[in-house]
Amino acid sequence: MSRFKSLVPASLIGLALAAVSNPVLADALAGQMEKQETNWVAIGMFTAFVIFTLGITKWAAAQTKSAAQFYSAGGGITGFQNGLAIAGDYMSAASFLGISGLVYLSGYDGLIYSVGFLVGWPIVTFLIAEPLRNLGKFTFADVASFRFGQTPIRILAACGTLVTVAFYLIAQMVGAGQLIKLLFGLDYAIAVVVVGVLMIVYVTFGGMVATTWVQIIKACLLLAGATFMAFMVMMHFNFSPEALFAKAVAVHPKHLAIMSPGTLVTNPISAVSLGLALMFGTAGLPHILMRFFTVSNAKAARASVFYATGFIGYFYILTFIIGFGAIVFVSTDPLYLTDAAKGLTAIKGGSNMAAIHLANAVGGNIFLGFISAVAFATILAVVSGLTLSGASAISHDLYATVIKKGAANEQDEIKISKIATVVLGVIAIILGIAFEKQNVAFMVGLAFSIAASCNFPVLLMSLMWRGMTTRGAVIGGFLGLITALLGVVFSASVWEAVIGFPKGSAPFPYSNPALFSMTIAFAGIWIFSKIDNSARAKLDRAGFDAQYVRAQTGIGASGASAH
Amino acid sequence: MAASALEIEKNPKFQELVSTRKKLGWSLTLLTLVIYFGFILLIAFDPKFLGQPIGDGVMTLGMPVGLAVIVSTFLIVGFYVSRANAAYDELTRQIVEESK
Repeated sequence: MSRFKSLVPASLIGLALAAVSNPVLADALAGQMEKQETNWVAIGMFTAFVIFTLGITKWAAAQTKSAAQFYSAGGGITGFQNGLAIAGDYMSAASFLGISGLVYLSGYDGLIYSVGFLVGWPIVTFLIAEPLRNLGKFTFADVASFRFGQTPIRILAACGTLVTVAFYLIAQMVGAGQLIKLLFGLDYAIAVVVVGVLMIVYVTFGGMVATTWVQIIKACLLLAGATFMAFMVMMHFNFSPEALFAKAVAVHPKHLAIMSPGTLVTNPISAVSLGLALMFGTAGLPHILMRFFTVSNAKAARASVFYATGFIGYFYILTFIIGFGAIVFVSTDPLYLTDAAKGLTAIKGGSNMAAIHLANAVGGNIFLGFISAVAFATILAVVSGLTLSGASAISHDLYATVIKKGAANEQDEIKISKIATVVLGVIAIILGIAFEKQNVAFMVGLAFSIAASCNFPVLLMSLMWRGMTTRGAVIGGFLGLITALLGVVFSASVWEAVIGFPKGSAPFPYSNPALFSMTIAFAGIWIFSKIDNSARAKLDRAGFDAQYVRAQTGIGASGASAH
Repeated sequence: MAASALEIEKNPKFQELVSTRKKLGWSLTLLTLVIYFGFILLIAFDPKFLGQPIGDGVMTLGMPVGLAVIVSTFLIVGFYVSRANAAYDELTRQIVEESK
């Protein structure tokens, strides 16, 4: 299309449209805008998304009668669909806006960061996906507790799940509120309530079927939108990365430094620790692990990670191009800056808005509305998955197994799950509002650290090591959870940035505890299993053969329900 | 009568499946760890290395290397999946058949 031959006229058209339909956007040049003027295009598109997904929820609700439907979509999702859903869980608004924002600010460091999020996937493929599918039914605790004392392991796994989900959820809710305030011009509190209520509706009525389809649709929209933006940026430079980089280097205040590693990785111990958390945290995130129960067998589970890795890798390459595109088109345009003299760092709404402003620059107001709506949909889909996994831990692990000792009525279990969803949703709304002014950046890192230090070691050792016992798993798992939590609290990101102690006073000198907390978890599991001579320990070890055969071959695994 | 777990474990096909899959899985895990932590430690210990220019323009060595880490992750998973599809599924089917 000739209109898009050059980006400059396209963006001018966009600006003209923006100025006509949205006069305050022009006024906003004058100063910092806390809250944008209501963006009707974005709200319209988002409303269309909500109506469409509520339709899906209605359809999903009609077939969500059994516990298997509610928790795992009856195992009826294909490998390709599940790959998209997993990718959707992973491509949160934080990674889309956060990583493109990081690239916008410091260039190459954004790439290093995104690589860390990607490299966990091979580990999931080789060590976790297939045995998980063969052994489990609804939650990863099904697998971790397979041959062990049910009550203690379920409590541990439920704690690991709920703590991980809580931190991840708070981070997403606060992000949602801030983002929506900026994108749509809604009040922070209203934005958080809208997200919370929609999420409760999706999960309670549509269960895993609705949660999966919302996630798939959003993943497609996000991939399409990001592809379009990256394509427009590259087209402007005749698809020459060299030309794009040259222009970015010329206009970025750091110049050539954006082409090489900067300050993200300096201390080797911090770097390795963060790398471990990202890599093995992926293999311990409960809302990701539960997706492997939605496919029919181990082969489909394996295929879904393959597709997911492809989509996520592709997405990170796009965010890198988008970040560089934003350097060229956003940081040079006074429309997107609060103070044109200050340049790049004076971007309106902060660096997280780089991708959003770029959407306006390359596609005008309509595309800006589209990307804003997609960002909102992204948050909604991710929090739905998180809430479902938290609710499953409460109803399936705590209620049905710990309280009812495995003799719960299926309909009661579903009812508890729905009540848990509503309660979690309300708590998420309250915490989302309570944390409005807090710096929650550490929370996603904390969620990954806990997943890597509690959920992952217990899961991996239960699959691989005959010698693990109930006592060893519980002590090691809780040690990992507690040390990860303490490590984060005593690190600079909480001790100084959140609690407010003076700079340099943090007792824990590294940015991430995973190197230490994972070591403690594995050592704890090993030592306390070795010295465990209880009668339970004998049963635990004797159960390994049956578990091993089923994990390897799928004999006895729960199949897909009839469709 | 269905075979017990201990009987299945004695099946040579089961032992073949488990040992080949374990070997491949752990080697590829190790390869992933080497690639990723090699990349991270290279940056931590010698940040200048990936910043060195290649070609006449602004392009640095870090760009193709970073891209290669992303692509290699995908290829490693793809390699495992194709091997598993080609060999393990058939072997598993035979084991399941024989233990009925």
